[in-house]
Amino acid sequence: MSATADTSDARAGLSLALPALMLFIGVVVIPLAMTVMLSFHDWGQYKGIEPVFILKNWMEIVDDPYYLEMFWRTFRVALLATLITAVFGVPEAYILNRMQGPWKGLFLLVIIGPLLISVVARTLGWALLFGGNNGLANKLLMTSGLIDSPVRFMFTETGMIIALAHAMMPFMVLAVWTALQRLDPQVENAALSLGAGSLTVVRRIVLPQIMPGVLSGAIIVFSLSASAFATPAIIGGRRLKVAATLAYDEFLNTLNWPLGAAVAVLLLIALVLIVVGSNALIERRYQEMFR
Amino acid sequence: MSRNGPVALIFHTLFVVFMVAPILVVCWVAFTPEGFLSIPITQFSLRWFRALVNYPEFVHAFGVSLWLGALSSCIALLFAVPAALALSRYRFRGRDALSALFLSPLMIPHVVLGIAFLRFFTAVGIGGTFVALVIAHVVVVFPFALRLTLASATGMDRSVEMAAISLGADGWTMFRRVTLPAILPGIVSGWMLAFIQSFDDLTMTVFLATPGTETLPVRMFLYIQDNIDPLVTSVSASVIAITMTVLILLDRLYGLDRVLTAKGGDAGR
Repeated sequence: MSATADTSDARAGLSLALPALMLFIGVVVIPLAMTVMLSFHDWGQYKGIEPVFILKNWMEIVDDPYYLEMFWRTFRVALLATLITAVFGVPEAYILNRMQGPWKGLFLLVIIGPLLISVVARTLGWALLFGGNNGLANKLLMTSGLIDSPVRFMFTETGMIIALAHAMMPFMVLAVWTALQRLDPQVENAALSLGAGSLTVVRRIVLPQIMPGVLSGAIIVFSLSASAFATPAIIGGRRLKVAATLAYDEFLNTLNWPLGAAVAVLLLIALVLIVVGSNALIERRYQEMFR
Repeated sequence: MSRNGPVALIFHTLFVVFMVAPILVVCWVAFTPEGFLSIPITQFSLRWFRALVNYPEFVHAFGVSLWLGALSSCIALLFAVPAALALSRYRFRGRDALSALFLSPLMIPHVVLGIAFLRFFTAVGIGGTFVALVIAHVVVVFPFALRLTLASATGMDRSVEMAAISLGADGWTMFRRVTLPAILPGIVSGWMLAFIQSFDDLTMTVFLATPGTETLPVRMFLYIQDNIDPLVTSVSASVIAITMTVLILLDRLYGLDRVLTAKGGDAGR
C-alpha cells in the first residue's frame, strides 16, 4: 500500500470514529482522571471535600486492617466463585457440545440466557431459595441426605459464592463452548480408534486444547465477581462488605467520597494488574506449547 | 458423533436445574395469593400482579427504564455505526488503541464507572438528572452496539458499494441504500442487546439515580434492601418475562451464542 493511500485511509477512519472518540474522552477518560484525583482529596464530616493533594485516604486503606480484610474477602469470594464455575461449567460445555440438533440450541439458550436476565431478579431468587433455616435449598439438601443440619446461606460468604457462581456461570460455559467449536472432532475420533478410553480422550486430547478458553473464561469470571455489587449487597447484607459495596456505602451513606474513590481506584488497579498479568502468562505458556 | 452417557445426562440435568431454579422460584412465588412470602405456594392468584398497578414508584421506574434503554441504545448506535465502519474498513495507526478504548466499558468495573460518572456529572452540574443517566448509559451500552455492528460490517461484501458508486450513486445514497441494509441485522441485534444491558444495569445506575430518576432495577434493589415480599417478586417476574421475550427474539434473529460471543474482526477479541 502506498504512503498516500495510507494517510487517506487514516483520515477517513479517524473522521468516522471521531464522534465516538470525543464522547469517550469527554465522558470516560476525563471522569476517570477526576476520580483518581478525588482519591487524593481531603474530607471531613463538617467541612466536606477539600481539593488538596494528600495521601490520607490511601494511608487509611493501607493501615486499617478493616480494609485489608475487606479486599481479602473480595478476592477470596471471587476466586472460589471462579473455581466453581470452572469445575461445573467446563464439563457442562463439553456435554452441551456433544448434544444433538435442537437440544443443543435449546439448552444453550437455557444456560446462557440468564446472563441477560436482571441480576436483581436472579439474586432475589437465591434469597428466596436460601431464606432462613427452613429455606427451600436447606430442605432439599436435608431430604437428599447431603447435609444433617441446615446451612446458613443468607448473610454468609457461602451464599455469596453460590449466587455469584450462578450469575457468572454463563460466561464460563460460553468461553469453553467457543473453544470447543474450534476443536477438530477427527482428532478425538483418531484417539478413540487407537484404543484410548473416553476419559483419556478428555484428559489428553480435549482438555489441553480448550485450556486457553477455560483460562480466559476464568479471567472474565474472576474480574466480574471481584467487582460485583448486586449479589454481595443482597446476599451478603449490610455487614459482609466487599470492595464494590463498601465504595457504594462511602459514596451514598457516609458521603466520604475521597475514601470511596480510593477504594474504587485500588479495585480497578488490582483488577487490571491481575487480568493483564494472567493474560500475559497464558499467552506465553501457550505460545510455547504450539511452537 | 459420540453420545453423552447416563452420568453425563444426570450431571446435565442437575446443572440445568441449578441454572433455572432461582429464576423459576421468583416466577412461582409471584403467583401467591397470600400477603406474605410462603414457599411452596398452595394456590395461584394474580393478586400481586394486579397490585403492581397501584404502586406508582414501580410504574414510574419502569417508564424511566424503558425510555432510558430505548434512548441510550439509539444514541449509542449513532456513534457506533460510523465507528464500526472506521474500524472494519480502514487500517490506520492507533486503530487497536481506539478499539480498546471503545470496548473499555466492558473491562472497567461498573462500580468504578458509576463513581466516575457521579463525580463528573456533579462537577458539571447535571448530577441526578435524566440527561446524565442517558449519557452514562450510552457509554456503557456502546461496546455492545459496536461489537454487533462491527461483526456485520466486517462480513460485508464491499464490491456492491463499488457497483452503486459506479452506477452514479453519491456517498450518502450508497450508505442509505446499500451499506445500511447490509449491516441492518447487526444494528438491530446490537440495539436489542444494548437495550437489555441498559434495562438491566444496576451497579452503575445506582450511583446516579435520584428519587425522580430511579430505574426499575434500582427501585427493586432499594426495595429488597428493606424487605422481601410478594410484591417485589411479581415485579421481578414481569421483568423476567420481558427479558425472555427479547431474548427469544434475539435468538431467532441472530443466534444467541453469536450475539454473546460476537466476533468483530480484531476488535471483537
